[in-house]
This record gives sequence, structure tokens and C-alpha cells, in this order.
Amino acid sequence: MPVISAAAVEELRLKARKLRQDIITMIYEAASGHPGGALSVLDILVVLYYKVMKIDPGNYLDPQRDRLVLSKGHACPALYAVLADRGFFPSSYLSVLRKIDSPLQGHPDMRKTPGVEMSTGSLGQGLSAANGMALAARLDNSRRRVYVVLGDGEIQEGQVWEAAMTAAHYRLDNLTAFLDYNGLQIDGWIRDVKSPEPVAEKWRAFGWHVLEVEGHDYASLLKAIGRAHTNKGAPTIIIAHTVKGKGVSFMENQIDWHGRAPNKEEYEQALAELQK
Amino acid sequence: MTEKIATRDAYGKALVELGRRMDKIVVLDADLSKSTKTALFAEEFPLRFFNMGISEADMMGTAAGLAASGYIPFVSTFGVFATGRVFDQIRNSIAYTRLNVKIAATHTGITVGEDGASHQALEDIALMRVLPHMTVVVPADGRQTYQAVEAIAGCEGPVYLRLGRPKVPQVIPEGLPFELGRGQLLREGKDFAFLATGITVGLSLEASQLLERQGINAAVVNIHTIKPLDKDLLLHMAAKTGAFVTVEEHSVIGGLGSAIAELISGNYPIPVIRVGINDTFGESGSPEALLIKYGFTVENLIKAGQTAMEKKR
Ligand SMILES: Cc1ncc(C[n+]2csc(CCOP(=O)(O)OP(=O)(O)O)c2C)c(N)n1
Ligand SMILES: [Mg+2]
Repeated sequence: MPVISAAAVEELRLKARKLRQDIITMIYEAASGHPGGALSVLDILVVLYYKVMKIDPGNYLDPQRDRLVLSKGHACPALYAVLADRGFFPSSYLSVLRKIDSPLQGHPDMRKTPGVEMSTGSLGQGLSAANGMALAARLDNSRRRVYVVLGDGEIQEGQVWEAAMTAAHYRLDNLTAFLDYNGLQIDGWIRDVKSPEPVAEKWRAFGWHVLEVEGHDYASLLKAIGRAHTNKGAPTIIIAHTVKGKGVSFMENQIDWHGRAPNKEEYEQALAELQK
Repeated sequence: MTEKIATRDAYGKALVELGRRMDKIVVLDADLSKSTKTALFAEEFPLRFFNMGISEADMMGTAAGLAASGYIPFVSTFGVFATGRVFDQIRNSIAYTRLNVKIAATHTGITVGEDGASHQALEDIALMRVLPHMTVVVPADGRQTYQAVEAIAGCEGPVYLRLGRPKVPQVIPEGLPFELGRGQLLREGKDFAFLATGITVGLSLEASQLLERQGINAAVVNIHTIKPLDKDLLLHMAAKTGAFVTVEEHSVIGGLGSAIAELISGNYPIPVIRVGINDTFGESGSPEALLIKYGFTVENLIKAGQTAMEKKR
């Protein structure tokens, strides 16, 4: 990955600001959803979908496309905002999130939403599916790459570690995982609920190439992705230190904002902050 | 009846043949490839075989990812670990997604034998049948297993294929065509019908022969596809015979008998007597001894037939 210019970073920052507004508006209109984890993962998706992934929204089933699995499926408003902005579907879809007959389900549905590569929502399953996609790319002798985003609470699921062993055993260097390390799950801080620490050491012990970055810093994310691409013989996990609720002051680091929609007053305040 | 062959053996060989013709077929196993017979495929196609270790949940998800990229994964382990152990993975990553994953479980039913209850899947049909988009197939013998493997490889979408451990006789006449979702009328009869699946098809044929000597005409239908059920044939048989006996090496709750009772009660209500495992776990023993202890005998089938006829109006 080339080093990114200051102007390009500023462009991404503006883009993300607009997408954060979309996320908040979507969840407000749906009157339910998960703002905290959507806001924390957004910058990772922005870097991937605007700077890294080889995808063609006009031909989104191209077998040679790169793939992304959002294993922490509840954060899908972030993915939907990005996919709409990239042109996978009309942005009018965003206003029917979670409503009856909607192409945008409460959790990602690969059969209903263009650009969604795997149906998720039951935590712990996405890495396995991503491994399967990475194995398929290898069988096809294709250079396409697979990305997967995990939650830090999600890695309490045993299947994640089964899959971690699989990716290392099969040396899936065409796979890059991101850990959205925002420190929170539903019932509290992950270190209080059931600590997965030491996280980096665990992944290393499982045979992964491990990188740690500030998860809202585009240049650092890009640099780490570049290193993941050139690393051979092992999958890479980028542990992205993030802030749950990032960008909306009263949502940041608050467990209450894991899974509830803002009321009118909160919505207006959030938008005002994001428009500043 | 010729040579006996286990349906798992037929599966292993069928996979290899299919692998030669279809390069999109890949096979996953969870450290049981010698028992499930996927080792045969692994030997010939090492690059298309993935041993996932003892990680059934991960195996299901990996298969989903392979299918999402155009491959046709056959996933094998014992029935208990291929269904209940990974129900949510199958539900969310395979059935909900309608991905083209073929779950081929060996070691199902009471005839798993000596390993005992922990390894005897008696609820797997129920678990798989309840999932939307899932097709459920139970071949009756080795030859039918070949046909079934070929058929499911060629159809799009998730399938549960139920296979067995012991050697079983050939009971389906050679040359009888196999079509997914179509039952096979093996013996005509008017007094009642046995609707059987898997290894109980042969037993039902035997029972019907004995009944004939008593002047009772029992039809025998092989329901190799439990989902989708052959509605036309079943309603036709209901009208013709007026009473059913279902026979399955599975719990009487949720399996073939339940599926047929559900169909019949709303469309053509007649008595349906269900022969199977009566809401209990299994235990260790030889397959033969277990079959007798749990009621898979000609006498028990005949008794069920008499009960069914008595309940006719
Ligand atoms: C298997 C499963 N168990 C429980 C849930 C309910 N659930 C949804 S989100 C969540 C917390 C996730 O925490 P984390 O992975 O840290 O996500 P984030 O903080 O990014 O929102 C839970 C328990 C679920 N979706 N799936
Ligand atoms: Mg978290």
C-alpha cells in the first residue's frame, strides 16, 4: 500500500463523517439497531472499501472480487452505509432498514443485500466462512483476498479459535482479519465480563501474524494492511484499537449505546456533532 | 439380495467417482475420515480434501465459505456431531444462506452399536427437517447411496444425507430410478402401507411378505427423501390403503413418522402408527441386539400393521 497523502486522509475523514450521519439516521429511522459497534468499525470499512478492496459495484458478483465478511453482524448499519455510498444499491434503501420487506435486514443477509458476502448475526461464525472463501481463492489460483471483521467480545466464542487454528494450519496469507477492539460488549467491559487478554499473544500463539494499530487512523490502518498483504505463509490479524460509539460524544465508551436507537433529541444532537 | 454393503462405504466410493467428473467437489472431515470413508477421496484428491480436525462448528462455516465461492463441499462426520453439535452453524451459515453444502453424516441411528448413546444420532432427521431450504435424504442401501450422492451433487442448495455404519443388504431392485423428492412404491398393497426409510425398508419388505401369508396386503414405500416429502404419492397411498405404518431408525418424535403425520392430518386423515425409537436414548450393544431390543423386528412391524388396520374406519 502506498503511503497516503494528507489530502487523501482528509477526504476519507469527510467521507466517514457523512457515513456516520447515515448510520445514526438509519438507526433513528429504524428505531432500533446497534450504533456503538457500527461507529467503532466504520473507519476500518472505509479504508477497505475506498482504498483497498478490488470490487466493482456494477458487477458485484464478479468471481474475482475481494470479499469482506462482517462477522460482528450487528454492526451492519456501517456496512450498509458504505455499500450504498459505493453504489451497490440505492441510498434510498437506508431508510427502510429493519422494516418489513426490506432489502436491509437487521443483521446481514447475503441473499437480500447486494455486496453482503455472508449472512452473519450469530456471533463467532464469520472467520470460518472467510477461511472457506480464502481456501476457494487458493484452489482457483486467484489473487483475490478475503477480509473479515471480528468483535472483541465475539472472540469469546470457541468457534473463532477453531477457525484461527484452521487459517494458520492452511497458511491462509490471502486472509486478513480485523479485531474491532473497542473494549466493550453488551454486559460491560470485556475485561470484566470474561477477559480475552492477552489478545495479541493469543493470536500469535495460534500462528498468526499480528499487528496492532489505532483503529480510527487511516494511515496506520493502510500501512498495516500493506504489511498484511506482503506477509507470506500465515494469516494476519490487525488488532484495531477503537472507541465504541466513535464520533458521537455521548455514545463514546458507553455500554448503553450498544443496542439502542437515539430518541429525537439525541438524534439531533448526534447529527449536529457529526456536521460540525 | 446380493452382497451387503454399508451406505458409508458406498458414499466413500461414490465421492471418488464424482470427484473425477466434477472438479468443484471438495470434501471436509473432522478427524473421522477413515470411518466416514472420505479418506478414499482424500487419497485421490489431496488438494480438494480438508481435514478440519475435531472442529465441527468451524468445519460447517468453512464449507459455507467454500460454497459461497462456487465449490460444492461434502462435509462428513458422525451424525451426532454433524447436526446437534453444530445446529446453529448449519442454521445460520448454511440453511439461511441457502448455500450449496452437502452434509453427509455416517453413523446414524441405533445401529452405530457398541459406541452407545453418545454416538447414536436418533434426532438428526428432526433437527435437519425443521430448517427451511434443507433437503433430507436417507438412502436404503448401498446402490441407492450412489444414486443419492450423484443426485445431491447435481442439485443446488443444502442437503442432509443420512448414512449408516453397518453393512446392509441391497433391497432396492437394480435399475429402479432415483429421483429426489419421489418415493418408491416397492410393493403394492391395499390393506395398509409401510412407509419406511433407510435400513428399515428391508425389514418392512420382510414383514409384508409374512403378512401376505395371513392374507393381508401391505404396501411398502421407500421414502428416501424425507424433505421435501412426496406429497402426491403419499396422498395416493392414503386413499388407496387407508392406514399407514411409518418405520424409521430415529426417534418417533420429529422424523419420518412426524413428517407424514403432519402431511396426512391436514390433507387426508387416516391412522398413522409410528415405529421408531420411543423418546429414549440408545445404549451399547451389537447392532443386531439393539434392533431387536428397540423394536425393529418383523413381529413388531406386523403388530403395528394390525393396530393401523383396526383403527381404520
Ligand atoms: C452467538 C451470539 N450470542 C449472542 C449474541 C448477542 N450479541 C449481539 S452483539 C453482542 C456483543 C458483541 O460484542 P462485541 O463483539 O465486542 O461487538 P461490538 O462491541 O463491536 O458491538 C452480543 C452478545 C449474538 N448476536 N450471537
Ligand atoms: Mg466490543
